[in-house]
Amino acid sequence: MEMFLTLLSLLDSTVRLATPLLLAALAGFYSERAGVVDIGLEGKMLVAAFAAAATAALHGSAWLGLGAGILASVILALLHGFACITHKGNQVVSGVALNIVALGLTAVLGNAWFEMGGRTPNLPADARFGEITLPLAEALRGVPLLGPLYFELISGHNILVYLALAIVPLTWWIAYRTRFGLRLRAVGENPAAVDTAGISVTKLRYQAVLIAGLLCGIAGAYLSTAQGAGFQTNMTAGKGFLALAALILGKWKPVPTLFACLLFAFADALQTRLQGVALPGIGEVPVQLIEALPYLLTVLLLAGFVGKATPPKASGRPYVKDR
Amino acid sequence: MSAAPPSVSSAWAVELVGIDKRFGPVHANRDVTLRFAPASIHGLVGENGAGKSTLMSILYGFYEADGGEILVRGKQVNIRTPQDAIRLGIGMVHQHFMLVETFTVLENLLLGHEGGPVLGPAMARARAEVQALEQQFGLEVPLDALVSDLPVGVQQRVEILKALYRGAEVLILDEPTAVLSPPEVEQLFRILERLRQQGRTVLLITHKLKEIMAITDRVSVLRRGQVVAEFITAQTDRQALADAMVGRKTSLSVDKAPATPGPVLLSAQNVNVIDARGVTTLKDACLNVRAGEIVGIAGVAGNGQSELLEVLSGMCRFDSGTVTLKGDEIGPATKYDAADARRRGLAHVPEDRLKLAVIKEFPAHESAILGYHQDKGLSKGWRLDWKRVVAKTVSLMEQFDVRPGNPNLRTSLFSGGNQQKLVMAREMDREPDILLVGQPTRGVDIGAIAFIHRQLVSLRDRGKAILLVSAELDEILALSDRILVMCDGEIVGELSAAEANESRIGTMMAGIKDTPVPEAVAAEVSA
Repeated sequence: MEMFLTLLSLLDSTVRLATPLLLAALAGFYSERAGVVDIGLEGKMLVAAFAAAATAALHGSAWLGLGAGILASVILALLHGFACITHKGNQVVSGVALNIVALGLTAVLGNAWFEMGGRTPNLPADARFGEITLPLAEALRGVPLLGPLYFELISGHNILVYLALAIVPLTWWIAYRTRFGLRLRAVGENPAAVDTAGISVTKLRYQAVLIAGLLCGIAGAYLSTAQGAGFQTNMTAGKGFLALAALILGKWKPVPTLFACLLFAFADALQTRLQGVALPGIGEVPVQLIEALPYLLTVLLLAGFVGKATPPKASGRPYVKDR
Repeated sequence: MSAAPPSVSSAWAVELVGIDKRFGPVHANRDVTLRFAPASIHGLVGENGAGKSTLMSILYGFYEADGGEILVRGKQVNIRTPQDAIRLGIGMVHQHFMLVETFTVLENLLLGHEGGPVLGPAMARARAEVQALEQQFGLEVPLDALVSDLPVGVQQRVEILKALYRGAEVLILDEPTAVLSPPEVEQLFRILERLRQQGRTVLLITHKLKEIMAITDRVSVLRRGQVVAEFITAQTDRQALADAMVGRKTSLSVDKAPATPGPVLLSAQNVNVIDARGVTTLKDACLNVRAGEIVGIAGVAGNGQSELLEVLSGMCRFDSGTVTLKGDEIGPATKYDAADARRRGLAHVPEDRLKLAVIKEFPAHESAILGYHQDKGLSKGWRLDWKRVVAKTVSLMEQFDVRPGNPNLRTSLFSGGNQQKLVMAREMDREPDILLVGQPTRGVDIGAIAFIHRQLVSLRDRGKAILLVSAELDEILALSDRILVMCDGEIVGELSAAEANESRIGTMMAGIKDTPVPEAVAAEVSA
């Protein structure tokens, strides 16, 4: 039973850690399926985290913070679109530039506004997204197996976790069952086909990039106002890139991407548990090695186990008519 | 012999009046006026760069004209985007298909014409509508197959169906037969006839005069952006069209003496290539090429010819068999790359000029020494001697009549024909004993084709061995002393120049073996 509870709490933190990855990976899904490579997921999350925490700290509202986070992220997304779609610039360079800008800007502004070494003030509970206890969770707690499962794992997350999970089937439905999705997938494969069908490639790609901005905004706000209680310099710490890796591992499909995010998050949750624990037969493993676990896993999976991951054919290529 | 009598304007399906278009310094269309009758097939011929595709792209709203007007069914219209063209009932089948390969046929048909924000209900309606169209025009297409799984001919039918589904009354086809096998061409023509019967207007862009003669009602000839002639097809012939295209008398045939083959210089025996997917792309290839002969390889593109060239030129490894180069045996494990091949006197003009033969962004003199940049004659110690490189390029350009003769001009600024002449000059300059040539005249205009053909024949007459791969049957027939036909990775037959004709090769290309591979070939190699 104790093993079961330990496992439940491990899975519980897996879900929490997977949420920002999932939101960012889905952001990447929209962008890359439309043919715009998005290395800048990291930067967008970071500015969103900062804007959300700063706004929540000043106004005491998590929702206002979320709005500010989304706005900041969308502005960065529009910049990316302006560089890559309107001016047909190099998408990787633009993304990297945005990441650098985001890292520098959040640190500088944070220091200038709050004078706490780049941090924002600790948020009180009502300026954060609190945990939601689902109906009957308490009542069912005593039911063997299912009770704890429902109480520990399914209930008791904040609203953004449920939102992120709901966006997965929604994204699937949009991508495969709607006109917008059909065009989105088409423009990432063969923009010329979309153009000759009389649809604007530019407009479609901007829409995709905006959705990516929106989702990264939620992911960033989650980091600083739901999972954490304030902003810290570089608090994304590579999550944007991990999300990108999850997208590749998920072969640019929403549901497999969800599982890839859960896998990475599980590795992350596991490494927190394993720190300082003596493993049978090995002894205590250095913390640094354990902390590297999720990243090592990423490298290994991407190198060997993905099989053939075929990105959308036109991703990374600005659309220029012949001649 | 003008075929455009003045008439009531509404008698025409589409009229282009005084169309003018420039791309920077290039005047692609000058004051072009063309009228297309309903329920007819109208051919548009011209050399590469004559402005045919530009003109049709203007009609389809892909480009906007700088001047002139377009009338559809007698009414003046503004076509700014493909959407406008589609609304006016104009559809286009592009040379490079505008299909999303990872989509099913039905999804491709729906794209841009979905009929609602949610696909479900529209999908069912579209299916019924498309099936009706399929029956009406005799276009059979598997609606639920992925486009990437379909052969090119079927993909093309999807394109036609797509245009019809979007309500095309006027259908533009840009070089539709370039990628098709002869039987597929026949099938396409049957579909076009059917379209004409049903009252649709077909505009056929091509540079193949035979096709114009076979199917069109009228034909307009473009040269340097202008309409230079219009004919009623039944009242003209190929020679007249060819003359109008190039503006001078041309000869379509190649003058050459019978070959006097010498010893075998290049041979392959049971060469197999298995690609990364595990598919055997080259099966038991056996062939001999002798000094002083041109051996032509016919086949629809993608049937193993590319792999054959790549193996022989050292660009790709093979999995089993032997290649014999001037008496030296090369097995799958022998070190043999493109540089080795050159050192042994084998030169290669690759099929895909822009991918494999030149670098577009380089100036001509850099493209002109690629692969020969290690030559002692071009270097000064360990450095390249640019003066000599430029001088060499100038001499190559003079010998092969490359225009403009400016060695410092960027490679991409030369026309396809002149790029090709530069590549031919580079590869033939060292008098190779063996020359492999892939698609020597792809994207090359008629004037340059004749020149390139003459150069190949003269190399043959100097006692060199030439292996020619071409998708153009006319070219194979005109140049080859012996013809091998490939289908599905195999050499399915051999014909001498005397016994070869288009229909025989055509059936062999389609995979119907009528002559087995002669035993003699295999026996000779092992001897």
